[in-house]
Amino acid sequence: MKRCYQGDSRRSFLVKSSAALAFYLTPSLLAKAVNVSTVMPQPIAKEKLKITINNKVLDLEIDPRTSLLNLLREQLGFTGTKKGCEMGQCGACIVHVDGKKTNSCISLALSNNNKSITTVEGLAKGEELHPMQKAFLKHDSFQCGYCTSGQIMSAIACVREGHTKSRSEIKDFMSGNICRCGAYQNIVDAITEVATSKQKI
Amino acid sequence: MLDSLHSLNLLADEERVDGADKVSGKSKYTAEHIIPNIAYGLFVCSTIAKGTIKKLDTSKALAAPGVLDVIYYENCPSVPGYISDAALRPKNTSEWKGFKVLYDNQVRFFGQPIALLLADSLENANAALRLVKAEYEVAPFETDFNKARLDATKLTNTQVYKRGQEKMFKEAPFFVEGEYSIPIEVHNPMEMHATIAIWEGDDKLTVYDKSQGPKSTQFTISRTFGIPDKNVRVIVENVGGAFGNALRSWPNVPAACIAAKKLNRPVKVLLTRPQMFTLVGYRPHSWQKIGVGADATGKLLGISHEAISNTSRYEDFREGIVNVSKFLYTCENVDTKYSLLPLDVSTPTWMRGPGEATGSFGLETALDELAHKLKMDPIELRIKNFSEINQENKMPFSANFLKDCYQYGMDKIGWKNRSMIPGKVKENGWLVGYGMAVGVFGANKGSASVRAVFNKDGSLVLESAVSDMGPGTPTAMTKIAASVLQMSAQKIKFKLGDSDLPPGPTQGGSGTTSSLGSAVDLICNNIIKELKKLAIQFAPSFKAITEDAIEIKNDLVQSKTGTEKISLQELFQLAGKSNIDLTVTSTGNGAQPLKYATNSFSAHFVKVLVHPQKGTIDIQHIVSTGDAGKIISENTARSQMLGGVVGGIGMAMSEQVEWDHTSGQIINASFGGYQVPRHKNIPNTDVWFVNKPDPYINSIGAKGLGEIAFIGLAAAISSAVFNATGKRVRDLPITPQKLGFKAAV
Repeated sequence: MKRCYQGDSRRSFLVKSSAALAFYLTPSLLAKAVNVSTVMPQPIAKEKLKITINNKVLDLEIDPRTSLLNLLREQLGFTGTKKGCEMGQCGACIVHVDGKKTNSCISLALSNNNKSITTVEGLAKGEELHPMQKAFLKHDSFQCGYCTSGQIMSAIACVREGHTKSRSEIKDFMSGNICRCGAYQNIVDAITEVATSKQKI
Repeated sequence: MLDSLHSLNLLADEERVDGADKVSGKSKYTAEHIIPNIAYGLFVCSTIAKGTIKKLDTSKALAAPGVLDVIYYENCPSVPGYISDAALRPKNTSEWKGFKVLYDNQVRFFGQPIALLLADSLENANAALRLVKAEYEVAPFETDFNKARLDATKLTNTQVYKRGQEKMFKEAPFFVEGEYSIPIEVHNPMEMHATIAIWEGDDKLTVYDKSQGPKSTQFTISRTFGIPDKNVRVIVENVGGAFGNALRSWPNVPAACIAAKKLNRPVKVLLTRPQMFTLVGYRPHSWQKIGVGADATGKLLGISHEAISNTSRYEDFREGIVNVSKFLYTCENVDTKYSLLPLDVSTPTWMRGPGEATGSFGLETALDELAHKLKMDPIELRIKNFSEINQENKMPFSANFLKDCYQYGMDKIGWKNRSMIPGKVKENGWLVGYGMAVGVFGANKGSASVRAVFNKDGSLVLESAVSDMGPGTPTAMTKIAASVLQMSAQKIKFKLGDSDLPPGPTQGGSGTTSSLGSAVDLICNNIIKELKKLAIQFAPSFKAITEDAIEIKNDLVQSKTGTEKISLQELFQLAGKSNIDLTVTSTGNGAQPLKYATNSFSAHFVKVLVHPQKGTIDIQHIVSTGDAGKIISENTARSQMLGGVVGGIGMAMSEQVEWDHTSGQIINASFGGYQVPRHKNIPNTDVWFVNKPDPYINSIGAKGLGEIAFIGLAAAISSAVFNATGKRVRDLPITPQKLGFKAAV
């Protein structure tokens, strides 16, 4: 057995499993190294991206493989937008792209050229929170707070697009946003309050 | 009873103290700290379940753009805590518990990290991962719990308990016996695990980590790397959920520390969602066999509870699956037996409610079955066997208001509409069922330290090295302090999430509010005493007044008669002080730890509708009631109960890790494959608390509720489904197919 540190002499469970291994090993069980031809990644030329984030126009040069989410979080410091799965399945990364809710983890940054992005950081007007943010606070619509940005971005889209005729309709629209702490009922309460207030959001 | 108990006059609830930051995206979670010159570390994981790596080819990966290193067993720097032999290990170290990442060429489970690839950007790291090639010698492996558990020779660590006569339930005039199973469930908090490590010298480092206990992570790191505790600073500003999977450190922690050292550069190790299924624990697969018997009046004559849960081949993990059967209900004859089944999988860990939730699904469902057999209301059966004492250690419960919970829940859910005969009630053509079950968990109180700096402007800073995964610890602590000091919560800042602060408890096992809350209560009362002393000593008009006749209110020290008043500002000036700076430690356990059994209790009530042809299950209404002593913050406590309900719905209805046992891998490791509850799965839920202080547990009368919010839910749901359909599902999750319907809808 190979290991990184040679001072270890006991390793009883490892010794045991190695012995068992020698006994059971047959050629058919030997895994062959996967022999697909390997295409080496080449140095990537950066590409230009003009993008508006929270009303600020940015002229960037980026690695074209960058997702919108990783651009926001890793390069621009907009960490309010969360990474929950990188597969478009949980909604934590939802932002508004030209006003439409979008899973930023499965959107290449470059495909948002000349588009306008709103993140959770762009909702408040100075110190004044957005009505949906206020409603989330009031109804305690979160615990850990990690899915909250995505929930709020979806919630705003839910009201703007008019899917608030019933709690059931709100729940259907919001079901792309997972909350593992289980704040769902309080989230629907917050959305219902904002929707019934008829304020323009 | 404790003297200070009823002095806590709670102020009105306010919004979460960290709420505004959370809704505006300002709260920083581990991976979000911006560190200059950071390198990204991603794990390369095994594609076999067991065997040896014959060769790991890293040459292509190393040649790829931006790749800085690939660390694996051939080139990993030595880690003192990786040495098993205590005689060979440096004195100030402990052996790393669990699988030693990057250490050797053995593969113990499918998806085990076999190398850490480091690159200067996430994009470069991701692109190069596939270039690391492993050649394996595959060994036979076993991952199939249901198959392996049938072979008794494979079971280990069997523990038995017996009170009275064994298997007595079989002698009872009425008895039921059933087998219950729960598949592997995964915590899957929304924030994925990550660790940032920054070495600031040969034996000094700062680590940002997802952890439920900054102090425990600090100790783990200092002992693994053989450096003084004080030289390891662990920062956990916010935790994006955890539910138990951040109670211990996982491979990402040593990997980040090792890589940052080797590269001499800050390193951020990130896990992916699929890796969250294999690298950070899970609720083990379990099988239980439970027998309960009673006489015709419902008096329990015997309980037998047998359980098996899986562990990994390299580490034992056991939990309290059979505990509740031993102590909750009055019964003279109880026997339990609990064994582990090692498999070629990663190690499980505590997941919300831990073993008690697993055990309660079995026990509470069995009681529902017994009630049905007795033609007795299941609540009546529980009241019949209600115990004022812990039946295992015979100590009286410090408080047990379960009967209040039953009464409220029955009324609220509409229990009177429940038929004793299943399948008899219909609404709009759907079958209606009602079910209930009980949850119970130890009300733990550990030791906790807190520092308070009370300033002359009346502001207060509290500090403790805890972290908050979501229940709202800073909010509850702020409220306790504001209530004791009768001051505005706005003037209080609760600092947490930093191992440099006074040692606080690990947030888990429903113990934080009880432990830390007691410390905050104590220190605030000490501040009051100090202020009174200062007034008597330095303010001339207070000279003749006794401490008892002084109170602190709204930035004023005043006599209770109201005749003498002095502002804090003036008092501090007279005393020549700018603040009062105290640190206290509140010890573990209650004031009378040996006289009482302390537990939190819950009762959950569920109404379901089941479609008579399709078997679609629609949970209509849940009423969740809790006895957790005095409720400190109703707002956040209610949210915690709501969260427990959602978790319980997941356990009962959908959560299940699925395996391909021919390759030994999990095949649904994503939110697409592993179904957690979503908005549309959640019914209208009512939460109610008894809200009576526990007179013995601590000075604030509060007990934890994180676990009882969840424990019992699955049994309540399965019992409701039985009441609707007459079909009993003992194998979670409950699906229309298991109810005998052909296709899920």
